[in-house]
Amino acid sequence: MNREDFTILRDSNMVYFDNGATTLKPDSVRDAILKYYNEYTSNIHRGDYENSLKVSGLYEDTRRLVKDFIGAGHSSEIVFTKGTTESLNMIAFGYFRNHLKKGDEILITEMEHASNVLPWFVLSEEIGVVVKYIPLNKNNEVSIDNLESVITNRTKVVSLAHMTNVIGDVRDIKKIARVCHNHDILFVVDAAQSVAHEYINVTDMDVDFLAFSGHKMYGPTGIGVLYGKFDLLKEMKPLNYGGGMNAIFNKDGYIELKDVPDRLEAGTPNIEGVLGLSECIRYINKIGLEKIRNYERSLKDYLIDKLKKLDFIKIYNKTNKGSIVAFNIEGVFSQDTAIYLDKYKICVRAGNHCAKMTKDIFDVANTVRVSLSFYNTKEEIDLLINVLKNSKNIWEEIL
Amino acid sequence: MDNDMKRAIILDNYSNPKNRGIPDSDGYIKINSNNQSCIDNIDIYVKLKEDKIEDIKFEGEACVIAISSTSILSNMLVGKSIDEAKEIIKNYFNMIEEGEYDKDMLGEANVYEDMYKQPSRKTCATLFIRGINKILDNEKE
Repeated sequence: MNREDFTILRDSNMVYFDNGATTLKPDSVRDAILKYYNEYTSNIHRGDYENSLKVSGLYEDTRRLVKDFIGAGHSSEIVFTKGTTESLNMIAFGYFRNHLKKGDEILITEMEHASNVLPWFVLSEEIGVVVKYIPLNKNNEVSIDNLESVITNRTKVVSLAHMTNVIGDVRDIKKIARVCHNHDILFVVDAAQSVAHEYINVTDMDVDFLAFSGHKMYGPTGIGVLYGKFDLLKEMKPLNYGGGMNAIFNKDGYIELKDVPDRLEAGTPNIEGVLGLSECIRYINKIGLEKIRNYERSLKDYLIDKLKKLDFIKIYNKTNKGSIVAFNIEGVFSQDTAIYLDKYKICVRAGNHCAKMTKDIFDVANTVRVSLSFYNTKEEIDLLINVLKNSKNIWEEIL
Repeated sequence: MDNDMKRAIILDNYSNPKNRGIPDSDGYIKINSNNQSCIDNIDIYVKLKEDKIEDIKFEGEACVIAISSTSILSNMLVGKSIDEAKEIIKNYFNMIEEGEYDKDMLGEANVYEDMYKQPSRKTCATLFIRGINKILDNEKE
């Protein structure tokens, strides 16, 4: 649905199944960015002329829009970042580096993306915290029992993706948060994969920190969001210092910082990114997340049904809820499959999808991943299935 | 060599790669070779004896080009002296990079003579030799 909103879909016959990597951008997002450059380029904060005031207003309006989109209590709990990776690094190094001590435990899973693994590994090196793994059940999902089985009185943080980027399982964030808080554990959620596909309400779910990127929700690259409960953000140490975040500084080295969120956004921010983000949220709201989710799930069920009928295809996630399907053609390396599909202008991703620990879970490290979006169609899936059916010819095509 | 023949050789070496497996005895030097831009990833094990390559083994996950070229080239290098091996490797590199090379020296590895037409797959075709080169260079020092 809504394919007409995307120049890239109107102008080519490409089949884009790599939405987990980045989504396509509707014309309205592009136009919002162009408008900033064509009509009111200026810096935000402290400009006393019309364009600067206008852009400062649009910038702060976006904060309120994000606040409403994820159900935060207050717009000062919304910090603009470069993306999920920067948000998660700020959480680890801006907050937890100063609030954890040697021996404290952090729980993640082997399905997490590199950006929800490496900061914790480095923190472990730096201050001696211990990274532990929540065992996954037979569908490679997180169950409450499994979570509770590894919580100890030293567990201080649980950090999980809302939806994983390898198999697209959707975690029950609200239930997990309740378990965490019963044990005085802070709960960090990586919402990069879910934000454009699943409903998020940080207040109802009661998460402590949440991170996501604009470019996986039909927005521009280089812009993302860090949400933190106000009392936690207040305690976060900035990782960058400079303009826009200080209130006073003196020659003797005295610095007084602005309040959150400004103190966490040093330097001229990614203004075009924020304005693009604003437009993509409006765009998603206009279609409706509920409608998007239902449509994508029906597409995914359709794809799984069709793939199941091909006996030379191994599917790694038949039952997970999200809009991602991971599979391999028997005897063919995932990258060769991706190169073959590219001959038919079908864009998929091959590899370990930045979750390099999954090789310990599946029998292979690498899979072909189809990640769906609302602009995909059953006809596109039929084409994929047909090309796969003819994959006996794969070597004639790619060698 | 026509394309059907090339394809048959590549596929034969992909389906039944020579020297695949982790060695079950000691005395091997191990090195990992991976393509940072994609997902090929193999471990290479080399056994040297007095300036000669006595055995090579490899294990890992990689694409059809990487696996088949590892099979073909490892088979060519076993039994060669380090200097001979380095000469073959140099010629192979030159072929992939469109330089001057001795076709006769490369035998079955000539199946990759057109690989320069697919720049993105050059790294797959050189996965093995980039790894083994590091081992041989260290031995020479």
